[in-house]
Amino acid sequence: MRAFSYARPERLAEAVDLLHTLGADARILAGGTDLILRLRDGTLTPRLVIDVKRIPELRPGIREERGRLVIGATTVMTDVAAHPLVRQTFQALADAAAVVGAVQIRNRATLAGNICNASPAADTSPPLLVYGAVVVAEGPGGTRRLPLDEFFVRSGVTTLQRGELVSAIELPMPGRRMGAVHLRRTRRRGHDLASVTLCCGVDQAGVTRLAYGSVGPRPLLRTDDTGILADPHRPEGEKLAILERMFAEASPSKKSMRASPEYRLAMLRVMGLRAVRGAIERLTQGGAR
Amino acid sequence: MSNGIPIHIRVNGQERSVEVAPHHTLLEVLRDDLHLTGTKECCLVGECGACTVILNGRTVDSCLVLAVEADGAEVMTVEGLSRDGRLSPLQQAFLDKGAVQCGFCTPGVLMSAHALLGEHPHPSVEEVQDGLAGNLCRCACYQQIAEAIRAAGEREP
Repeated sequence: MRAFSYARPERLAEAVDLLHTLGADARILAGGTDLILRLRDGTLTPRLVIDVKRIPELRPGIREERGRLVIGATTVMTDVAAHPLVRQTFQALADAAAVVGAVQIRNRATLAGNICNASPAADTSPPLLVYGAVVVAEGPGGTRRLPLDEFFVRSGVTTLQRGELVSAIELPMPGRRMGAVHLRRTRRRGHDLASVTLCCGVDQAGVTRLAYGSVGPRPLLRTDDTGILADPHRPEGEKLAILERMFAEASPSKKSMRASPEYRLAMLRVMGLRAVRGAIERLTQGGAR
Repeated sequence: MSNGIPIHIRVNGQERSVEVAPHHTLLEVLRDDLHLTGTKECCLVGECGACTVILNGRTVDSCLVLAVEADGAEVMTVEGLSRDGRLSPLQQAFLDKGAVQCGFCTPGVLMSAHALLGEHPHPSVEEVQDGLAGNLCRCACYQQIAEAIRAAGEREP
């Protein structure tokens, strides 16, 4: 690995200053499961690596606060997947966090890092989009709250500005009962990146939110409020027509080694229908709120 | 470039102080500076699990952790499993069940298994598969590894 300097600030302002001054010459280190790979293969060559794990504002932990679930930026996947409030109210997020990498990766990889890395294949992105996650960014201008849907640009690129870093991810506690499932397609069981990753949530008012990734430069969120997808008695053909419209902007890469575009698009439809069925089932079983 | 950051870690119950370069991983420091070569270097991308150690009670790929990040932490490596020169029940079960072939993956597998048994003292086959998903064995003695881990679980009260 090429040499770099290392900073471990204990104050948020110090981290923001360093980031603001150095721009792309500084890189944030949280779990390191993406960063260290790129430092090693030389795709990233920062002068400074800023370890944010000792900044109190970013500390790991999940708490309910004023109608929101607040997940600290350095909270790792293992803890997201195991937390009772996440499992109870944001089940699809717990399910997604539980399939990221393997145990060793989940013990290290953070939820915020998964978002900031902005991989289109990130498994936690679809459920976070479905649950209406908000990214809390701290920067030279103070705190900004960005809806996750306005955060992703393309792989590795977000709308974070120079000097900004993520301190937490917030999920609004649902006002209505919702059933949601996360599904993914991989080449093999266990440790693999998703060829398609998808989350569907159906609420008691008949609104369906569907988010999908690994089929284009960024994950996408689509909503159906006709009530057709959420209706357990509507024929699947009718649902498929709506899903086709929701998937219209899927544009899987021809260059990926994981799966062909044709395969991904075909799986998107199959998994879309499956996820809608699964979400309705979870809602029928009581859903979460 | 700053060089030589002093860190203090507790490795297998022993306090160790070393100076490390910021770009050196925990794996490199364990092997090259502390001469604990049980932990293996293999894929260096967090896929194979040969470098698995237990950091503050949780398994990690030590190739994906900078040594400076481990400052103040407790680390357990495969060398920490045996007691007074005697193999741990888990290690013994690996020998009894023929779960060691070439042996290169074994230290990492043992660390994942040790952590798994801490969480699930009597794991099901599925729990073993999930718990060991991050450890590849190219001799493919997965069956024997699973049997050994479950046997060790049964041996413990």
